[in-house]
This record gives sequence, structure tokens and C-alpha cells, in this order.
Amino acid sequence: MTLANAVLQGIFLGAFYAVLACGLSLMFGVMRIINLAHGDIAVLGAYIVLVIVQSTGLSPLIAFVIALPAMIALGYALQLTVLQRALRGGLLTPLLATFGLSIVIQNLLLLKFSPDVHSLGVSSGALTTESWNVFGSITIPALGLVVLAVAVVAFAVLQVFLSRTRPGWRMRATAEDPDAAELIGIDSRNVYATATAIAVAIAGLGGLFLAIRSVFDPVSGPTQLIFAFEAVVIGGMGSLWGTLLGGLALGVAQTLGAQLNPEYAALSGHLLFLAVLILRFGGVRLARFGARA
Amino acid sequence: MSLLAVEDLDCRYGLLQAVRGVSLQVAEGETVALIGANGAGKSTLLRAIAGAHRPHAGRVKLDGIDITSLPPHTRVRRGIALVPEGRRLFAGLTVDENLRVAAASRAGGRWTVQTVLEVFPFLKSKLHMPAATLSGGEQQAVAIGRALMTNPRLLLLDEASLGLAPVAVDAVYRSLADVIREGTTVLLVEQDLARALKVADRVICMLEGRVVLEGEARSLDRDRIVNAYFGLRRASAGGAGA
Repeated sequence: MTLANAVLQGIFLGAFYAVLACGLSLMFGVMRIINLAHGDIAVLGAYIVLVIVQSTGLSPLIAFVIALPAMIALGYALQLTVLQRALRGGLLTPLLATFGLSIVIQNLLLLKFSPDVHSLGVSSGALTTESWNVFGSITIPALGLVVLAVAVVAFAVLQVFLSRTRPGWRMRATAEDPDAAELIGIDSRNVYATATAIAVAIAGLGGLFLAIRSVFDPVSGPTQLIFAFEAVVIGGMGSLWGTLLGGLALGVAQTLGAQLNPEYAALSGHLLFLAVLILRFGGVRLARFGARA
Repeated sequence: MSLLAVEDLDCRYGLLQAVRGVSLQVAEGETVALIGANGAGKSTLLRAIAGAHRPHAGRVKLDGIDITSLPPHTRVRRGIALVPEGRRLFAGLTVDENLRVAAASRAGGRWTVQTVLEVFPFLKSKLHMPAATLSGGEQQAVAIGRALMTNPRLLLLDEASLGLAPVAVDAVYRSLADVIREGTTVLLVEQDLARALKVADRVICMLEGRVVLEGEARSLDRDRIVNAYFGLRRASAGGAGA
């Protein structure tokens, strides 16, 4: 039963990773941009919510709804001002640009908020403390349930958007062939800016969950980025449902590792990530090696 | 006034000059075939008209309005659609999605999924299949249909018969005749001379980036075209001058 409980907690944790990874996956899928500032954007979102909570006393969830338009506008502007220019310079330039952006965001946050650690856990009240016991040893935390539900809804909405709506078709068409898309009247700049706006908004959601379930400071971003990356790669690059499953797999691997020894939590996640990398990209070489041996 | 006017257009790829001082006009309702050997600059010219290639010098005008600096997607809204060489379908989208994603760029025209299917009836059964699974001829039909969905006034068609079986080419051209009958102005690039002469009102022959021969399809005799096509001496002596 403790094993079943560990798997369940892993799914709740993995849903959080999936939310973090969602925007990263979308930006890579649509524009082939690897956004190294994604974790920092999530943390920036957490700080925006923190400011709203501190100044109004609202609950973090409502504060996030208020922060959402700002995040969307930020994403849109980020694409039009920085990333669009960087894209013209080939594949490496956006990578460098987002790396720079990551440093800029971290330092601006340090300047404004100091290196102090913050959390939105206390101001979220019962959401962080409430949990239910079922079958004796299985615990269902309220926050985990909310995160899982939000993750599934976010991925489902994004999937419906991409497969059922005209703007979604435009996004997929542009992702496949931006030049051909332009030739049938699609403004690729606008599509890219929309994709980044969605990605930044969902990153903000990830930041909110980070802030509620644990603590954050101005340099928390890169750690979150690594987990998000692992979720994207485990699930298969550019695949949306894959990213959700990848996040869940990463979460389960971490909690199962922690069952053996709490120190193994992060390590077992990394091992799963490496195993997937080797199986997917090193498979041919391994097969050849096997044939020779 | 002509629908399309190209004035002294110069297109370059780095040091290579693909189009050299080309001027041409296409009237509303006309079908014009651009012919010429590989590397004559036909595709580049079409791409420059559609906005996919930024010209080095010269102007492109639609209805007398200079559109040279407009990006491709705004030209689509003004009524120019290019069916690119190699079809360039969105492989992961279904046929239906490929068509509908192009709709509504220009409101109020006769082309819908329904009317496109009337012109290309063989696409009906493939409507919900990914575009990548279609045969070459079917893909070409989707590419043309996709361009029509933008309700163009000027349809640019680049090498519609390239890499297709003769039967498929026949089918595509039969449907194209329907499109032309609907009153769409067409400027097409075609390697197959007989086909170009059959479908077009007027033929423009390019050689090494220049227009070397231009005339009514009916009035041009085959020898003159062949000479212009290959840049033989007789053509430059008697033709438009190269």
C-alpha cells in the first residue's frame, strides 16, 4: 500500500511538472525555440501573484486570474520584441537570447525582491493543508488533486484548441511550414506571438503551483526548468499529450526513488530521463554494439 | 488597367541574379503561362509576386497599387495566392484542415470546401485523411484547393505537373480549366509546352532571368517558342530581344 501511495503522490507531483513543461513543449513544437528562460518566467509569475496577494489580501488563485492578462501580454510582447528577431538568426540565436533573458529576469527579481525565500502556501489556507485518507494508508492531498485537475484541463483545452479551432489549425500549419502558411494568408508573427503568450501564461500557472506547494526565490527558475525539460524529453519532444505523460512519469520516478531513500528522489528522475534519452537516440548504436559483441 | 503589373523586377540570391529587369502585365480574367528552361527565373518571379521572395529592385503592383513591400499574408488578403512548387501541404493536417485553415483570409468569395470538392471530386473520400498519405496528384489538387480557399483574384501556379503521372496531370488540368472558367486570373509556370499553349491565352518565355518572347498562345508558332526557350540565335534576332 505504501508503494501505491508513492505512485499516487508521484502522479500529483508529476502533474505539477507537466504544467511547468507545457509551455516549453508548445514553444518548441511551434517555433523550435528552446526557451531557457521558461523556469524564470514561471518564477516571475509567482512574484507577480505574490505582489497581488500582499497588496490586496486575495487568495493566490484569484490573484493569479488577475495576473493572467499581464502574463499573456508579457508573452506576446516577448515574442514580438526579442524572440522574433532572434529567430531570424537561426536556431542558436533564440537559445542565446532566452539564456540572456533568464539572467536578466533573475537579476531584476533579486534587485526588486532581495534573495529572500517566499511562499504562497500560508495564504492559500486549507488548499495546502487539507487532505483525505482512503483505504488507510493512501493520502489524497487537496493541492495535489487541484494541480492534477488543472493540468489535465489545461492540456485538454490546448489540445482542443489545436485540433478543433481555426486559430489552432493556423498554429499547427505554421509549425509545419511557416513559409507555406504565409502564402495562404497566415500572419506567422501573430501565430508565434500567440503561442508564446499561451506558453508564458501556463508557465505562470506553474509558478503559482510552485509557490503554493513549496518555496521560491529569484533563482529558483533553472531548477524548475530542468524538471520541465526532463518531462518534455521523456514524453517525446513537441508532443503535447506526451509532455503530460512525461511529467507524470518523472513525478512517479521521483517519489518511487524517494521510497528507497529520500536522497534518491531527484536522482531517480534524472535516471529515467537518461534512460529515455539512451533508448530513443542511442538505440541504433546500442543495437550495433550488441551485434558485434 | 491590368490586374497585375511587374515593373523592372530584379531578384537575387546573393550574387546570383535570378530575375533581371522583368516587366510584365496580366489582365483580369486572363490565363498566362510562364515557360522557360530550368533556372530561367520563373519560380523566383512567382515567389516575388506572392511576396515570398524580396526583390532586389523593381515593383509589383496589384490594381495599380504598389505591393512590393507587403509580406505574403497581406498580399493573400488582397487576392494573390501562390501554389508553391513541391505543393508544401501541411502534412500533419487532414485534407479538410488543409483547406479550411486557408479560408476566411479574404471574405466573400465563391470558394468553400464544398465548391473545391466540386472541382476536385476525387478528394471527397480523402477529406479526413492526413495530407501526407495522399498520392502526388491528390496532393497537388489539395494545394490548388487550399490556394483557392483564400478566394484569390490572381492564382499563381508553380509547376503543377511536376513529378506527377500523366493521368494525374490530366486530372489536375481538367479541374484547372474549371477554375479558369470561373473567372480566376491565372499565372502559371509550366515545363510542358503543349500543355501551356493549350491552357493559356498568352505565353511568356523566360531565359536566364529575362523575358525573351511574349505573345498570344494561338499566334505563336512552336519553332519560335522552342528557339526562345533554348536561347537560339534566330529567336533573339526576330523576337523581343535578349
